[in-house]
Amino acid sequence: MFERIHQMIVKEFAQVFRDKRMVLMIIASPMIQLLMFGYVVTTDVTNVPTALYDLDKSQSSRELARSLEASGYFEIVNTPESPEGIRYLLDRGEVSCAVQINRGFEKEMLKGLPSPIQIIADGTDSNTAMITVSYAARIAARFGLDASKVALVNRERLPGVDARTRIWYNPDLKSRNYNLPGVIASIVMIVGLMLTSMAVVRERETGTIEQLMVTPIKPFELILGKTIPFAAIGYFDMMLVTVTGVFWFDVPIKGFLPLLFLCTGIYLLSVLGIGLFISTISRTQQQAMMAAMFFYMPALLLSGFVFPIDNMPPVFQYLTYINPLRYFLVIIRGIFLKGIGFSLLWPQVAALLILGITIITLSTARFRKRLE
Amino acid sequence: MNEPAAIVARSLTRTFGKTTALTGLDFEIMRGELYGLVGPDGAGKTTTMRILSGVMLPTSGDALVAGHSVIKEPERVKEKIGYMSQRFGLYEDLTVIENIHFYADLFEVPTKERPPRIDRLLGFSNLTPFKDRLAGNLSGGMKQKLGLACALIHTPQVLLLDEPTNGVDPVSRRDFWKILYDLLREKITIFLSTAYLDEAERCTRIGLIHAGRILLEDQPALLRRSLDIRMVEIRPDNIRRAARILEEIQGIAALSVYGDRIHVGLGKTDSLQTVSGALESRGIRIDSIREIIPSLEDVFISRVARHD
Repeated sequence: MFERIHQMIVKEFAQVFRDKRMVLMIIASPMIQLLMFGYVVTTDVTNVPTALYDLDKSQSSRELARSLEASGYFEIVNTPESPEGIRYLLDRGEVSCAVQINRGFEKEMLKGLPSPIQIIADGTDSNTAMITVSYAARIAARFGLDASKVALVNRERLPGVDARTRIWYNPDLKSRNYNLPGVIASIVMIVGLMLTSMAVVRERETGTIEQLMVTPIKPFELILGKTIPFAAIGYFDMMLVTVTGVFWFDVPIKGFLPLLFLCTGIYLLSVLGIGLFISTISRTQQQAMMAAMFFYMPALLLSGFVFPIDNMPPVFQYLTYINPLRYFLVIIRGIFLKGIGFSLLWPQVAALLILGITIITLSTARFRKRLE
Repeated sequence: MNEPAAIVARSLTRTFGKTTALTGLDFEIMRGELYGLVGPDGAGKTTTMRILSGVMLPTSGDALVAGHSVIKEPERVKEKIGYMSQRFGLYEDLTVIENIHFYADLFEVPTKERPPRIDRLLGFSNLTPFKDRLAGNLSGGMKQKLGLACALIHTPQVLLLDEPTNGVDPVSRRDFWKILYDLLREKITIFLSTAYLDEAERCTRIGLIHAGRILLEDQPALLRRSLDIRMVEIRPDNIRRAARILEEIQGIAALSVYGDRIHVGLGKTDSLQTVSGALESRGIRIDSIREIIPSLEDVFISRVARHD
């Protein structure tokens, strides 16, 4: 029995490593995805090109402009002289934010009156606009607060709320730190899906499966022989992108690494199970590849990787429960960013186990040593 | 003592949806026979092979191979047979020796017996110099020999070969047959399918399969003589016209054209004179006309014609 499984694994590895495209798929594709996400896909808002329409031209208005720039979020690239100037700059996309300071800003502030400023953001990118506006508002509020403190130095204290925010787990709010664990999870999924489904279908396509069927090999030996190599490759890719992420992109790992590896194994169970299932319904490698993509795209959307699950309509929220990526994302983000352990992650681990065992059982049951 | 048959098929029937591939196949093959299942493409040869090797279930009927039912004990059958599918079924991205080792492991060939067995298999198939070559880089003939070597690694009692020499050059085909005869001497039962009638002649016994039925079954020589029609070979001056005229004659059982000759099967009541008379009366000159021993092809064509 072990002899047969062992030989299957040896054979599978030999076939994978002799195929240059396969090697490329195992090493280059995860690295490219990682680098893309690491460098390109960043939702951080910094250096927003900003127009300043300063009608007050006072010391206070200049100070406010300085604090906007000093924050690092805004970069004043233009100072138009009219409201039309703002529109022109926003229309042409030269700036994506404009700040208007009205005449009398300083005077009113010194009188202790509320002195409004106008913040206009380009809402075509709604996410960035929201973040921009909230940054600007925060900076302006702080500026106002500081100014009143100065004014109140010799008077009694004023009642007021001083909200001090702190961000936990990812204090710099670096989107990379948040994205990278998700990228790792999705890379493991796509590589596992593709390799497993194609490896079985390739045998069907080239006709070797018929020859394999007339040997006394048992279905479970065949399935183990087909999945163990790809589980190993899945692990390899996981380590490759993790190490690169940690050392190249300085993504911190707060949690216990062995736990992450254990959970990856459980996650791979369902990924490879789905790959096997795809192989039982596909006749050609192209079909298998299509089916894998057909599963992968919705799985990615319904995982909480990009869009929060809480914002989805209820039907789609229920769908996420059968998505292994959903659970693994919670696990990998929890371990990477929060440093939490098994005592908090066990529900996800249990869900992955149940999913994995169900899918593997289903695929094995569909796997026959007979031709139709 | 009566030796049990190596292969017994009992009214094997197989349908695919609405099409019937096999209709009640019955045959019995003794140990040490080289049985050829002969028929055109689509006759049901591959389906028969797959059922006998236990990878396809018959719709009804059963078969015993090496004493085990292909329905109830397919895995026992698989231990005792060697099977070569019609398409090259080995891994083209593995070397010759890797393919052999792979199958040796799947069949759990004891480690001790492996080296001498592999040496022997490589030797008789002349693959020793190529043992480190990728299977995909072998010629068609060598691929078939490698397939045979892998099918023989566990010393099976019964060898099932599905069109083993399809697309193989004549020289390699002869080599391949020499190996088969050597195996026969070791009392292996060989069941092969072929579309080549010249190959069928080399079998100890053949069954003519057509449209899912075995029409005839006997030793090739006996089959040729069994034809209850007499074959006549005619060389007319205008072959196309002659063929058209002959087709009109009542009682003509089979007619096939070979180059400048026509083979015609005569009914019991017809004579050579009826044929030559019919042709000459229509102005055809006959260069020669003689009665011949029918070839397997003649037998086959006349039977198929009668069946249709």
